[in-house]
Amino acid sequence: MAKIGVWIEMGQDGVKEANLGVLTAAAGHEVYALVCSGDAEGCREVCGKYGAAKVVALAAESGALWDSPDLAARALAAAANEFDLQVVTGLGSLNGRDLLARTAAILDAPLLQDCTAVDFTAGTVEKSHFSGKTVARFECRAPLWLCSLRPNAVEPQESPVEAEVVSYTAPVSGSGGVKVLEVRRDSSGVMELTEATIIITGGRPMDSAENFQLLHECAAELGAAVGASRAAVDAGFAPHSMQVGQTGKTVSPRLYIACGLSGSVQHFAGMKTSKVIVAINTDKDAPIFGKCNYGIVGDLFEVVPVLTEVLRERA
Amino acid sequence: MQVYVCVKHVPDTAASIKVEGEAGYSEGVKYVLNPYDEYAVEEAVRVVKEQGGEVIAVCVGKASALATVRSALAVGVDRAILVKIDEQLPDACVVAQALARAIEKDGQADLVFAGRQSVDSEGMQTHYRLASALGLPVVSDVVAFSLKDGGAQVERECGGGAREVIEVSLPCVIGANKGLNEPRYPKLPDVLKAKKKPVEQIDIASLGIEKPESGCRLTKLSAVPDRGQATMLSGGVREMVEELVRILEQDEKVL
Repeated sequence: MAKIGVWIEMGQDGVKEANLGVLTAAAGHEVYALVCSGDAEGCREVCGKYGAAKVVALAAESGALWDSPDLAARALAAAANEFDLQVVTGLGSLNGRDLLARTAAILDAPLLQDCTAVDFTAGTVEKSHFSGKTVARFECRAPLWLCSLRPNAVEPQESPVEAEVVSYTAPVSGSGGVKVLEVRRDSSGVMELTEATIIITGGRPMDSAENFQLLHECAAELGAAVGASRAAVDAGFAPHSMQVGQTGKTVSPRLYIACGLSGSVQHFAGMKTSKVIVAINTDKDAPIFGKCNYGIVGDLFEVVPVLTEVLRERA
Repeated sequence: MQVYVCVKHVPDTAASIKVEGEAGYSEGVKYVLNPYDEYAVEEAVRVVKEQGGEVIAVCVGKASALATVRSALAVGVDRAILVKIDEQLPDACVVAQALARAIEKDGQADLVFAGRQSVDSEGMQTHYRLASALGLPVVSDVVAFSLKDGGAQVERECGGGAREVIEVSLPCVIGANKGLNEPRYPKLPDVLKAKKKPVEQIDIASLGIEKPESGCRLTKLSAVPDRGQATMLSGGVREMVEELVRILEQDEKVL
């Protein structure tokens, strides 16, 4: 049994759901849930439900951890030593990957980012190489190593234990030259693409930013996030934060609906680990139909509103 | 300003990757400058154009990486250092040490740019380790950069469409993301001129890397097959959609 630290990422309303898969991957080991911000006591119940016996309320000697990712990383590194952890892991979100890379650099320990599978007992992980065209398997033999897990890589499964909160104030202070001044949100309630379990994406045929409303309406019925292809982003129909694929986001939802996408290698790089891929395209010879699960030949402007309607009737 | 930019020579994202042996791949594909490094190069060139100084590209790779180094020289980089290593997918810890030693040997960095990740090994960490080796602060996923009050102010994508505004002291390491700028295309005269710009080629062995391995080893590389021909739905629009929803709900259980 290994001692595993799981960094817990907080969302707008407490523990982000995407963390639960990471806790599930570590469950059965001696798990320390590491809480850098927010209310550790409030995390106790959910962390315990997914197998973490210890919830560590992490703090710095002076300064708030989230005012500086550098300070947060030094606190995590100190916690890894304090609790004698063999692995530090966490969600491979933008913040998770940033924090774990900082922590690995401080600890001078190996790190594998965005893993799609992990076995903490054997010390092996799998991750994408060449944008999803190959899977790379790694063996970790270091006394302490780190890894981040791709959101949705592990299905959450409860394994309840009694959890207790322990406080740890790391002997660290100062911003290390990196200070967060503010966080700007472009619109409220935008679901993070990489953590969504269903995604609906529009390509160049969307033809305008306004037409994306069609996808947003369908997404509301699906409980999905909306993505865009590189062509749609480059044409100015959607912001880069919505881009799926090479030079955009890598996603792994259980359902991916591609509307008006040809199926370029670069786009598939960002979504090929999705469980089920559905394509809607007017061209029956579009390459995407040769590498997805279900296809509809049709105009997305006709098909998507009907899909929204059928989903609405079913609800 | 003395601005360094780290570049990597990687297979083109459109290339098919053929696995060779247990953990290698066939190099008979087209190689390019790592796409995220294009944003790093452009920003480095832009900063030096405004502030004056010199842009130096640093690359750790095989001898063939010279082509990628030249492509950076063709879009405004002044000179380059190629640290030669005879490995296809070198460990990020080793690359970061090599980049740090090469930069320290060359001069005093005021700024270091790098891409947020490479598209071959997708390690997402080399620039963090480089910053640590140089004792500098680092910010990655940067989509806006400006010099301000003797430091830098950057914006970083942090998920859900949100951006962090971060103040970082100089010198520092910046990991560039798409959106930071519009990389320029090289013009033919610049490509020709790039052939005459100085490239210092050194062997990694001459840098005295202290820790030649990290404790994590790539043991196997396997191709991921495409999923094959889709099941095509038929009938009118309403019919196809109803069948799709039924399949997703009852057969696939993903709704």
